[in-house]
Amino acid sequence: MNKKLNVSASPHVRSKDSTSSIMRDVVIAMIPATVVGVVNAFVNMGASVGINAVLIIVVSIATSILAEYVYEKIVKRPITIGDYSAAVTGLILALNMPPYIAPWIPALGCVFAIIIVKQLFGGLGQNFMNPALAGRCFLLISFAGPMTTFFADGVSAATPLAVLKNEGVAAMTSQYSMISMATGMTPGTIGETSAIALLIGAAYMLYKKVISWRIPVTYIATVAVFALIFGSEGMFNFEYMLAHVLGGGLIFGAFFMATDYVTSPITPLGQIVFGVCLGLLTGIFRIFGGSAEGVSYAIIFCNMLVPLIEKFTMPVPFGKEKK
Amino acid sequence: MNKFVSRIYNGIIKENPTFVLMLGMCPTLATTTSAINGVSMGLSTTVVLILSNMVISAMRKIIPDKVRIPAFIVIVASFVTMVQLLIKGFLPSLDSALGLYIPLIVVNCIILGRAESCASKCGVLESAGDGIGMGLGFTVALTCIGLVREILGAGSAFGFQFVPETFHISIFVLAPGAFFVLGCLQAVLNKTRISKPAAGCGSSMACGGNCAECAGAVRAANHGKLDEIKAEAEAKAAAEKAARAKAAAEAKAAKAAAEAKKSE
Repeated sequence: MNKKLNVSASPHVRSKDSTSSIMRDVVIAMIPATVVGVVNAFVNMGASVGINAVLIIVVSIATSILAEYVYEKIVKRPITIGDYSAAVTGLILALNMPPYIAPWIPALGCVFAIIIVKQLFGGLGQNFMNPALAGRCFLLISFAGPMTTFFADGVSAATPLAVLKNEGVAAMTSQYSMISMATGMTPGTIGETSAIALLIGAAYMLYKKVISWRIPVTYIATVAVFALIFGSEGMFNFEYMLAHVLGGGLIFGAFFMATDYVTSPITPLGQIVFGVCLGLLTGIFRIFGGSAEGVSYAIIFCNMLVPLIEKFTMPVPFGKEKK
Repeated sequence: MNKFVSRIYNGIIKENPTFVLMLGMCPTLATTTSAINGVSMGLSTTVVLILSNMVISAMRKIIPDKVRIPAFIVIVASFVTMVQLLIKGFLPSLDSALGLYIPLIVVNCIILGRAESCASKCGVLESAGDGIGMGLGFTVALTCIGLVREILGAGSAFGFQFVPETFHISIFVLAPGAFFVLGCLQAVLNKTRISKPAAGCGSSMACGGNCAECAGAVRAANHGKLDEIKAEAEAKAAAEKAARAKAAAEAKAAKAAAEAKKSE
């Protein structure tokens, strides 16, 4: 018995992750989509829109951090702007904005997201729905006009999903090729257009184990299957399905917003159930609903189902009797 | 007369039906899209409340206990019908703005609640005071909510437009805005007002926290007790503050001493 054994209380293995390191990884993962979104605005909508897109991103992040700081100062809570979570909220909200919108609108959304949705419920970890998406839906209802009209080259242009909904799959493919939808050279919000850039960021987060595959993969797969079965252009129309996966905010929502730690289930089975619920709701909202897009409403709706999902999918601890 | 005035004060401030009792939430949320709508809904309810309170109070000895709820509803409903017909006849635009919510005053829980807890027990004058107080409290609350929603959502106050249309946050005139505004006003009021005497009010009081039962000698005793609790809490807070200041000063002195030692 020469070996010295160290005795200590559990946990014995600790992760080096902290809130700020995870949030930093999320920001890094969003950089490709942000860059492509800004480039798309510069190239396809003109320099002034490009500058506006940059302005939106800067203003959103600054307002979120400022709102968090001011609120915590007023109610005398510890200042938590150092954990980057407010910056992430601001960035996600900015990437959810059309690139030409007046920057005070996202700023208002950020104040709403941080103060009403996050801080009034107790700050990070206590919010019952994704603050950035709640802020986006707040703006969507308040400023329906500017939030849903998109431009390209100075003339108003519909997003791929809107064309798909209103004019059918043939009209959409003549207007936007699948390649332009994958690279992100289509009208849409700043961050949602480029599937490739988003997937690069998602791969980084999966590699860093910031997110697990369960929610995004089940979510996207459910939407794909739903579009194949219930698509308005007949069953098993693969072009239609691909348009649903690539054309809107699905990939952005699935990897960056549905996976928010606070508002998604922690049980493995629960995450799969959550992904399927999200997919079903998104499919219903997009195909049978009034508007072309349904990702944000589906996510904030499912955020509220999370306590219920967790209650029914809680694993039985080793040694306990199964009910 | 004193009772009459105290009932009015009770209705507007102490037991405001919207912000304190949380009664009548349906019209509160649905009709406050503008300040004018809030005022008119509040005033129509006030009229019905005063009249029904008085009639119920006058008839309280002849209404059998077992059928009192149907009897109250019949009385309330007849006044609501009168108010509805008057509004239809003289203010048709108001009628179209409030729509269904005028006949729904019949089932407003404030009116039935006041009939149960006050009018069926007190004299006519006191009940009238209670009706005026509760009604005005309701009106004030509805006007506040309506005004905030109108300013934020439609950029105007009492119909007077002063914000250009680009800056209207239209969610505030829609249903979610009603919940936001009600919740935020409630939070502000709780912060400023109710947090203070709540320290010991409740089971230790003879009234059990039911302010409607609070009258006469019991009321005096309760208020004495309340003042006692308040003074005690304030003294405790002051003592704590002094202790904290002392501890902080001591810590500072110790730190300074330690630093002086170090530098030596």
